[in-house]
Amino acid sequence: MSTLHTVNKSPFSHSTLASCLSICQPGDALLLIEDGVYGALASSPQAEQLRAVHAKGVRVYALEPDIEARGLVGRRLDEVELSDYAGFVRLSSELRCVQSWY
Amino acid sequence: MVSRPLVFSLAVYGAPFSAQASQTAYAFAKALIDVGHRLERVFFYQDGIHAANVLAVPPQDEENLTEAWHSLAREHQVELVVCIAAALRRGLLNGEEAQRYGKPASNLAPGFEIAGLGQLLEAAVTSDRLITFGA
Repeated sequence: MSTLHTVNKSPFSHSTLASCLSICQPGDALLLIEDGVYGALASSPQAEQLRAVHAKGVRVYALEPDIEARGLVGRRLDEVELSDYAGFVRLSSELRCVQSWY
Repeated sequence: MVSRPLVFSLAVYGAPFSAQASQTAYAFAKALIDVGHRLERVFFYQDGIHAANVLAVPPQDEENLTEAWHSLAREHQVELVVCIAAALRRGLLNGEEAQRYGKPASNLAPGFEIAGLGQLLEAAVTSDRLITFGA
């Protein structure tokens, strides 16, 4: 059953993103929200792991208002797409299960 | 508008002003209603219960989430449920609980109700989606 994972903690201070990436399955989606959007940076400690998971077939998104609020516009990895709140709602209805990592 | 509307419930674990959870949950709530889904219940748990304190006075240039939740609930018939165990130990009481424990005041905001954790479980079982906004 495909899952939407949301991560709201920065990978610079928490291991939630690392834990999430280690159990993501192909077909799942990952949405970075709140301080989790720091995980979209190329300098993130989990950048390589995120790229690898994306290559396996996990879609990766970052919540655009949270990217903007932190001055990170234009600084995300190519693998990370932007999503607004409507996109967040769409993802959570498309995927059967929503797992929040916090 | 979505072709197949779903029933959502939300669980909010973070306090306003110390975590972003309540703000994110509120923006998500508005977005899901805007596209035609139904929001059944918002369950405030742990520090999330502070969103229901009617005595909080945020600065005028900041959003008052307590009032925002209340008007969203009124317009769209959403149940705003505060966990009783989380609320009482943090000094959030309705009139009935204030009387029961001999406290001089109550501070539960209009539009919110105090109930047990069973309401979270029920939301998980009866809604199509339960989305948790952690602290």
